Amino acid sequence: MKHVAVIGVGQTKFGELWERSLRSISLEAGIRAIEDAGIEGREIQALYIGNMSGMFTGQEHLSALAADMSGLNPIPTVRCEVACASAAAAFRQAYLSLLSGQYDIIMAAGAEKMTDLMGSGVLTTLMGAGDQEWEGSFGVTFAGLYALMARRHMHEYGTTQEQMALVSVNNHKNAVNNEYAQFRFPISVDDVLNSPIIASPLHLLDCSPITDGAAAVIMATEDAVKKLKIENPVWILGSGQASGQLALHDRESLTKIDSTIVAAKQAYEQSNLKPDDINYAEVHDCFSINEILAIEDLGFCKKGEGGKFVEDDKINTEIKINSTGGLKAIGHPVGATGIRQIIDIVRNIRDRGGIGLAQNIGGSGATCVVNILGDNYAK
Amino acid sequence: MPNKSSIPLSWRLNKSIYRLVGNKCKRCGTFFFPSRDICPKCRRKGDIEEVVFSGEGEVYSYTMINVAPKGFEQQTPYLIGIIKLKEGPLITGQIVRPNNNIEIGKKVYAVFRKLTEDSKSGIIKYGFKFKIKD
Ligand SMILES: [Zn+2]
Repeated sequence: MKHVAVIGVGQTKFGELWERSLRSISLEAGIRAIEDAGIEGREIQALYIGNMSGMFTGQEHLSALAADMSGLNPIPTVRCEVACASAAAAFRQAYLSLLSGQYDIIMAAGAEKMTDLMGSGVLTTLMGAGDQEWEGSFGVTFAGLYALMARRHMHEYGTTQEQMALVSVNNHKNAVNNEYAQFRFPISVDDVLNSPIIASPLHLLDCSPITDGAAAVIMATEDAVKKLKIENPVWILGSGQASGQLALHDRESLTKIDSTIVAAKQAYEQSNLKPDDINYAEVHDCFSINEILAIEDLGFCKKGEGGKFVEDDKINTEIKINSTGGLKAIGHPVGATGIRQIIDIVRNIRDRGGIGLAQNIGGSGATCVVNILGDNYAK
Repeated sequence: MPNKSSIPLSWRLNKSIYRLVGNKCKRCGTFFFPSRDICPKCRRKGDIEEVVFSGEGEVYSYTMINVAPKGFEQQTPYLIGIIKLKEGPLITGQIVRPNNNIEIGKKVYAVFRKLTEDSKSGIIKYGFKFKIKD
């Protein structure tokens, strides 16, 4: 088996970056990743970049633009799109390309400039990740889809709005020390429950925000890691990706996301690891209920016990979940989030060693990508 | 922008959205709404037949939408349900008011209503919504 490592990471500040363009944030993330890897940049042989929608800026074909702006022409580039999981898919495509033997060093990135679009247009664009003909055409929003799942989880397992609120409270607490995060202030359960209802039972503070941001990583094969004398490689131990039904109403259950279960199984099997072995997890809390679904579907607790797991603070004591703030507090530039999660796992592993998992969901769960990384592939 | 006002889109969905026409796979007996060109279980071995659904069902999940996408801003707040149809499939749609007695399991039936109106000169889209029985 060949081995692949992340050797450099870089990102922009996440937030409402009105003064920045899509091309400038993409460039900044890329340059920071190259500097962090300690390479010159000319060594990069291909670029995969996640970007959910050209409808935010009118700009399609971002991959070629990003290579152009970085002076990386004429390397081949591909923009990857699987809704909010676009960046993790770009990471996985880069990984598979390196395993293929075709390349030695690749940049995987993600970028989204959501605030160039205003008002209800943002919600309409995001809803493009659901079923336009049979969900969107009746006025369902993304918050609405996750609200329908939340309602069902409350009905089947007794999950409470307080437990969901605790997800947001914990993520805000964790973002206070994250210099890249959009919201660096703590909130209380009451703050969440008293915030306006967006789609019942979800309140404003159950929802991740609209964010601009970009993130990039440099990935290399084991041979290239040795040749470049990289001192702190973080290895990819397992990777999985799966699809599921696009529309909620076509699923057998609204309280689990099958694509997560399948992608996680692939990643656990490849890495020969179990949920118990994971020290840090970055999970896709686009809405608070989705962190609870992730905790269950990734196997950190039994189905239906995710709310209790949060309430008992096991997201800090048994495993560190979204220890840098999650999508809720760091912000969720949709096509960049998957790489941002990888970067936070890499930073955790560089500082403290161990094993981390990143789970990136597309849409309401029709795509999931799970990657497991560690400080040592031989363990 | 997703073309909410697309006449071809509305035109080709009329049959399903006006009369709840879906289909079923005769081989495995699974009902589909919206209709599918192939049965995901039997794939090319399946045998698809058109079905008109009764519109009877019950609330499987629901949410009150307060912040709307384009074209629905004037309708807020509005209630969206996932309805379990008597014939089996789940279906997404709006639940009409009065809806203060909404809960999971309530019996509903389909009614014909205006869905959206695309400005003064655009198309008016009609189709099914659901109403609570009692
Ligand atoms: Zn069949």
